[in-house]
Amino acid sequence: MGFSLFTPLSWNDTGFILTGILNTVYISVVAIVIGTILGVIVGFFRAESNKYINMLIGSVLDVLRSVPLIIQLILFTTYIGAMGYPLDPFIAGSIILSLYTMAFMSEVFRAGFNSVQPSMITAARSLGMTYWQTVRYVRLPIGLRAVFPSWLGVALSVIKDSALVSVIGYMELLRTSEQLISRTQQPLEILIGVGIFYFIISYPLSLYGKHVERKMAI
Amino acid sequence: MIKIQGVHKSFGDLEVLKGIDLEVKKGEVVSIIGGSGSGKSTLLYCINAIENIQKGKIIVDDIDVHAKATNQDKLRQKLGMVFQQWNSFPHYTVLENAALAPQVVLKMSKEEAMEVAKKELIHVGLGDKLDQYPMRMSGGQQQRLAIARALAMKPEYMLFDEVTSALDPELVGEVLDTLRLLRDDGMTMITVTHEIAFAREVSDKVAFFHQGVIEELGTPEQVIENPQKERTQQFLSKVLH
Repeated sequence: MGFSLFTPLSWNDTGFILTGILNTVYISVVAIVIGTILGVIVGFFRAESNKYINMLIGSVLDVLRSVPLIIQLILFTTYIGAMGYPLDPFIAGSIILSLYTMAFMSEVFRAGFNSVQPSMITAARSLGMTYWQTVRYVRLPIGLRAVFPSWLGVALSVIKDSALVSVIGYMELLRTSEQLISRTQQPLEILIGVGIFYFIISYPLSLYGKHVERKMAI
Repeated sequence: MIKIQGVHKSFGDLEVLKGIDLEVKKGEVVSIIGGSGSGKSTLLYCINAIENIQKGKIIVDDIDVHAKATNQDKLRQKLGMVFQQWNSFPHYTVLENAALAPQVVLKMSKEEAMEVAKKELIHVGLGDKLDQYPMRMSGGQQQRLAIARALAMKPEYMLFDEVTSALDPELVGEVLDTLRLLRDDGMTMITVTHEIAFAREVSDKVAFFHQGVIEELGTPEQVIENPQKERTQQFLSKVLH
């Protein structure tokens, strides 16, 4: 035949790979930011509310945490689509990945808020600070610092979990590489390369985390 | 003036204060002594509106502490309080610890708040620690920071809840010296304390609490040197050896 469907990896693929990397960074940042904000709010609410409300919120979070992310992504996209609201893969992926992140973050932050001694709060209130001033200047900063390492752990795993968003068609790093593999038939080189890229994305965050921790360990 | 009238306070079924009457005039130093569980600390918490009460009234300068209409956050600006645990804010330097409330609550500018805080910190002998983080300081130093932090709000009354109980013995002196300093400044103070010798030395009035009531009240000479009630005598003989 002398004709092949397969063409080897070349420099022309750089732009394609770069798009994949940027899309991975993009959806990860969105999920971490939204998941953190929602996580702080839900975590604080859980730290402040009674047993019954907590059980209710807890059971919703348990579902989000216990059902594999890949199933949540497929179910959500399929059902939303079937109901007549087809969502862009980025939007659908961001929603699910953010909620999934929030479920883990809220537990992290709840532990943080609970780690602030009640006597510390009483002392702040006795200075005339209102409830919200105490939250803003004492509980938040102390609670957030206490759980920074756990927060970082969740954030790093979100970057890796973002690879699963490829199943709903979002063109992130893994999906980019799958397409390249099917064209080039060079899975080994490409997957090693992609692995290195994930490492390059995650490692600076991990380094930054260590730096921040050192700075906070006064 | 602080007026405590017939105050009853319960935690669930446990009645901790069973009708307390006490008056503290401007400039007075009143010490409350008594065994653990006698309700001494609870009374301070009630005065500062940290705890509510079931019966009676506490009036601070004509403000009914537990009345519904009372803004308790505002009331607490009048009442500085220092606790057994110093509760330094670990994420702020010594200076920032003392400047926080003036800035946030009294809405002072940052510079103004820092100035006020610095003055109080120098007053309690922490002038050389301003930029340190409290975690690096001894308990005695952190307790003095707690005092300066409360003083920076320019309170009219100071409430001290067993402020030396959690300290190593060799650090008690520096904190008591700080309290003496405040007395000499003319600060109105209520101190709950186990330091009987200190109470005798600084107080205008001493109240001996026993099981939620004031068993004996009078000058230090009356209550500590010549106690009339048997329970006071028993308590003092135990703590004075």
